[in-house]
Amino acid sequence: MSQFAINLLFVGASFALYIGIAIWARAGSTKDFYVAGGGVHPITNGMATAADWMSAASFISMAGLLASGGYANSTFLMGWTGGYVILAMLLAPYLRKFGKFTVPDFIGDRFYSNTARLVAIVCLIVASVTYVIGQMTGAGVAFSRFLEVSNTWGIWIAAFIVFLYAVFGGMKGITYTQVAQYVVLIIAYTIPAVFIAMQLTGNPIPMFGMFSTHTESGIPLLTKLDDVVNALGFQDYTADVDNKLNMVLFTLSLMVGTAGLPHVIIRFFTVPKVADARWSAGWALVFIALLYLTAPAVGSMARLNLATTVYPDMAGQVENYEEATLNPILYEDRPDWFRTWEETGLITHTDLNNDGRIQMYNNAADFSDRGWEGNELEVNNDILVLANPEIANLPSWVVGLIAAGGIAAALSTAAGLLLAISSAISHDLIKTMINPKISEKGEMLAARISMAGAILLATYLGLNPPGFAAQTVALAFGIAGASLFPALMMGIFSKRMNNKGAIAGMLAGLICTLLYIFTYLGWFFIPGTNMLANTPDNWILGISPLSFGAVGALINFAVAFVVSNATDAPPQEIQDLVESVRYPKGAGAAVDH
Amino acid sequence: MADDKSNAAEYWKANVRLILGCLAVWAFVSYGCAILFRPLLAGIPVGGTDLGFWFAQQGSILTFIVLIFFYAWRMNALDKKYGLGE
Repeated sequence: MSQFAINLLFVGASFALYIGIAIWARAGSTKDFYVAGGGVHPITNGMATAADWMSAASFISMAGLLASGGYANSTFLMGWTGGYVILAMLLAPYLRKFGKFTVPDFIGDRFYSNTARLVAIVCLIVASVTYVIGQMTGAGVAFSRFLEVSNTWGIWIAAFIVFLYAVFGGMKGITYTQVAQYVVLIIAYTIPAVFIAMQLTGNPIPMFGMFSTHTESGIPLLTKLDDVVNALGFQDYTADVDNKLNMVLFTLSLMVGTAGLPHVIIRFFTVPKVADARWSAGWALVFIALLYLTAPAVGSMARLNLATTVYPDMAGQVENYEEATLNPILYEDRPDWFRTWEETGLITHTDLNNDGRIQMYNNAADFSDRGWEGNELEVNNDILVLANPEIANLPSWVVGLIAAGGIAAALSTAAGLLLAISSAISHDLIKTMINPKISEKGEMLAARISMAGAILLATYLGLNPPGFAAQTVALAFGIAGASLFPALMMGIFSKRMNNKGAIAGMLAGLICTLLYIFTYLGWFFIPGTNMLANTPDNWILGISPLSFGAVGALINFAVAFVVSNATDAPPQEIQDLVESVRYPKGAGAAVDH
Repeated sequence: MADDKSNAAEYWKANVRLILGCLAVWAFVSYGCAILFRPLLAGIPVGGTDLGFWFAQQGSILTFIVLIFFYAWRMNALDKKYGLGE
């Protein structure tokens, strides 16, 4: 069977599974639609949360980020997992006890203000829409690479599949398809990693293999990797970073951003009890960690594999590393996977010194004494995971599995985001603010129409991605971390926090973060409109725009505290509401209005 | 009623203490061991590199998992002790 047929078989079978689940899990009520009827087992919810959370970026890009950045990019690993600790202790159980359907529900009720509700709705929609663009483009890439359809068709197919199970099944359909998607994506991620760890270290468990001995050279894998990248003019893979303040703030921004992202928070509304919300956060992190503990192994091993593919003399025991770099492979001898990926333009070779060989090294280093005239190989980081099975010479069904896994990661996250967007529109905007008298049936219809509208918008943005697509992740995390997270946390932990304090805090955190991002990345990301060049010299105290979310959150807390204490305490019934959120007793199922 | 109130207040205090303890560990492993104190831990070798690197790429994630389950277990016990569970 050809590779194309195998890919088609794997992806087609996974789609059939998702659609089957969707038919089985149709939503009958608004409660089914928004919170899956509130009856999801904590382990099931943990698995669905993991699929919801792990996007195309986690599946495809993270190992590449680690491979290129080494230790410095550990921030992503810690940030995207550490957020679950604060989510589990500071938000999830209390919001579950509160027992309504959405994040704006809590902010609007707790701060007894429709202004606060509206700010929350806007933050939620902007954060989720920017995030969903990346999922649609990611799914499009996976389709076009593996199913040989055009990018446009790929995105339309993705949109159609999500439409089927999200519009009809709502949260219920999404939850159970996400469970299936988690299983597909974790198997797809782990199998190639196990084989590669076996090949390089003889240890089948990637997370242990990474810290054990590299078989071919007899020295520890990471020491070997340091030596190899060093010989090519790069800094050590494990090298420490100088700007610790920025590293701390970036990690913290990712953590508070993770905890504040609405599509993750609403997953905890689906479990039956407060205690379940606590356990569920733990299970979610277990399932996420299965991938996140493997990713650094995939990253380091792929980096080593790539280097030793180009410089075969560096693979074994090396006496003199400089000498070992002198015989890179001839371009015409490049391996098959190299040729396949060259066709996509994600690997490119330009023979600058016309010696017919491939020189790959850090362009910043001067190796003219070796007769090199510049780095000749450009490798897009995103292909590492997708090309992994081919690099390790694994059978073609593993490639088919990777295709299904990448698509599962993108679709599961897209569905979760679309649900968060549609519930903000149908529930918070239409039902709560515009027309409280709308019937259950009418609200369901509104929810489905806004879901379909959100899918169309996401498809349009996926087909015509704004030039700033890559930067918008910073925006999503900045907004969630600097505005939503502090407001939610203060709503639970401070009885004294009033409407004015919360609104002032949210706006201050949001505006400061946006100003800082726009100053360096351009107003609304329009190229050329940035007021300062985006270089570390220009950053205030060396804080990058991506790390500013944590500062925005601190500003939010400070402003809210000052304004709240200068104005009246919230009314008694709000203080009672805070009391009731704090104690699990009497939670019951998520209530309708 | 007064008893109920002081009972509930004590439960909340115990919860906040527990959270502060857990978050101290959370910050210590991630911001401490993995980032700020990495130079201090440089002398402790782990599989070809140092302990700080291990904390940054694996140790902190493993600690996070333990923390959440520990918190869930202690809180569920507190729910029972103060009679505030579901």
